[in-house]
Amino acid sequence: MSIIRLHAAVALIGRFPALAGVDLEVGEGEVVLLQGPNGAGKSTLLRLCAGLMTLESGEGQVLGHDLTDERPAIRRSVGLLGHDTALYDDLSVRENLDFWARASRVDPEAVGPAMERMGIVDRLESVHVGLLSAGQRRRVALAAVVVRRPRLWLLDEPHAGLDPGGRDLVDRLVGDASAAGATVLLSSHEVDRTLDLATRRITVAGGTITGDAVDVG
Amino acid sequence: MPDEIHHTGSRTTRLLGAAVVVGLVVLVVLGWFVAPEDDEQQDAVRMIFVHVPSALFTYVAFTVTAIGSVMWLLRRSIWWDTVAAAAAEIGVLFCALTLFTGSVWGRPTWNTYWDWGDVRLVTTLVLLLMMVGYLSVRSLGGAESATATRAAIVGVLAAAIIPIVNRSVEWWENNTLHQKSSLTDGNLEDMTLFTIVLGLVVWGLFFVWSVIHRFRIAWLERELRLTDLDQALRDRRAEGEDT
Amino acid sequence: MLGDIRLVAAKDLRIEWRSRVTVSQVLPFALLVLVLFGFALDANRPVLDAATSGLYWITVLFVGLMSVQRSTAIETTDGARRALLLAGIEPAAVFLGKALAVAVQLLFVELVLIGGVIVLFDASVESVPLLLCTCLVATVGISAAGTLLGALVAGVRARETVLPILLLPILAPVLIGATRAFDDALGTVAVDGWAWLGLLAGFGAINIVLGALAYGVLLEET
Repeated sequence: MSIIRLHAAVALIGRFPALAGVDLEVGEGEVVLLQGPNGAGKSTLLRLCAGLMTLESGEGQVLGHDLTDERPAIRRSVGLLGHDTALYDDLSVRENLDFWARASRVDPEAVGPAMERMGIVDRLESVHVGLLSAGQRRRVALAAVVVRRPRLWLLDEPHAGLDPGGRDLVDRLVGDASAAGATVLLSSHEVDRTLDLATRRITVAGGTITGDAVDVG
Repeated sequence: MPDEIHHTGSRTTRLLGAAVVVGLVVLVVLGWFVAPEDDEQQDAVRMIFVHVPSALFTYVAFTVTAIGSVMWLLRRSIWWDTVAAAAAEIGVLFCALTLFTGSVWGRPTWNTYWDWGDVRLVTTLVLLLMMVGYLSVRSLGGAESATATRAAIVGVLAAAIIPIVNRSVEWWENNTLHQKSSLTDGNLEDMTLFTIVLGLVVWGLFFVWSVIHRFRIAWLERELRLTDLDQALRDRRAEGEDT
Repeated sequence: MLGDIRLVAAKDLRIEWRSRVTVSQVLPFALLVLVLFGFALDANRPVLDAATSGLYWITVLFVGLMSVQRSTAIETTDGARRALLLAGIEPAAVFLGKALAVAVQLLFVELVLIGGVIVLFDASVESVPLLLCTCLVATVGISAAGTLLGALVAGVRARETVLPILLLPILAPVLIGATRAFDDALGTVAVDGWAWLGLLAGFGAINIVLGALAYGVLLEET
């Protein structure tokens, strides 16, 4: 089944055409690596697939739902790790994750295991997010995605800012998700490491897809 | 560069424009020379030929903006959104003119430029502020649909609140300097009455003429943006081919 | 729905409690404004008495503006708005929760300010129920309108300057109505304050309904 299907998708940020006509089809269980220069549109593509953007023209379906009319349904089943962390500085790690779990209609009980998986040690639980390092914040943001148990994982440079232990964690996360039947789209500049994970490599440039290779590495 | 220069004029607007010019000349002649002086207010009363119509069409403009806002929110009609924006701009001008002529009229007549007890005047001032707010929101920039949505919400909110403003100012001060509606009095001389009605018609035509032109300019700007978008898309794709 | 409202309101209030902005910055500012008004008018005692209600509510409007700015700013830092959209929480619940949080903070400041006018302006309260009810009803309207317009200008560069232009004219009826009601409650003018509460309640109701309806569209599109 097609998890993502885009045809001639154009998406604007303000007046700028971040995506200038994307044709893409991603099947269930694939692990897709998005590559390309800065400003190519990788982040926008991920956000579009998360159901957070409107299509200026073209059409698309994600998880069987239309990108124009059924975005709320798409959002329920995806998990997005963006460049920003969406964490409130004045709340502790636990409070943040509790809030986002509840807001996503997830049982707050799932927060503990998610934190463990992301290697967030107990003593960090009650630290205000504003006091954490960028890498630690990234781990918390990832935990917020883990808690949602998405069918489609959209990760924007998940390795960035993490120490080697953290990067291994991300790899394990991707592997586990894929093994559980979820689909993963991740962008990364860390070509060596992510080639092992990916079943497919897509190059994004100038708001379009300029390369598509399967079964690399 | 565009191959042709777009005009916002058309047969309709040229006819309208001609009618407005002729009407204005007649209005000036009648209003200034022919219509009789008022016993108490003398020449100052001639302001009525400008003040009353511009007040009426301020509220007409505001209503159009409100309707256009609702049509955008319900039907995503960009045509209605453009109409709303054009009407708002023209409405602000008419509103300022209303307040100005009202103020100028008030000074010699009741010895004051402004009266807080005058319900209509105060409500119209608040309306001016709200419409200026509406235009500020439109000028914030960004995606076309986002701007339209923001502005539409402001438009609807203003439409819902203005009656409350009117009611609260009315309760606040029960007295008002404002003339009771002279039109329904029946005490007006025939000439004055005729001139007022003529004024309403002329200003009405002027209003329609202005909104049509302003709408067309906005529509052309939009078409220009769409052509820009095509070019931007081409430029964007070219980025990808270079790498 | 109710749970979500409580969730969002609790989150906002907890953030406020941790950063203590209301107590350490907004409250002193409000009291300072009262003091400045006192300086400006004190030489003229009768004028100060007559103006107390109006000065109070002008101060409250400015405090409301600040609270709403803060409330909106919480969500614009680091993509929280997008995350709220992604989480799937009902936008109307986000609106009501945030408006509730603003209302609580505003009421707190208003109560302190009442103490302020009693002390600084020698105001005497004739009707405590009217006073408190006015604060309550007016605050609902201010928070609702403010939260809606705050969300409207969120994500826009010139946010700080545009919000007052939009919000203050909309709040004109609140200023008029609440001032009159206070005049009655403080015994400075012979008016029927309770009648004004009806108008304030209507204002509040309109803003709550419009806000709940419009918040979703705003989150989605802007």
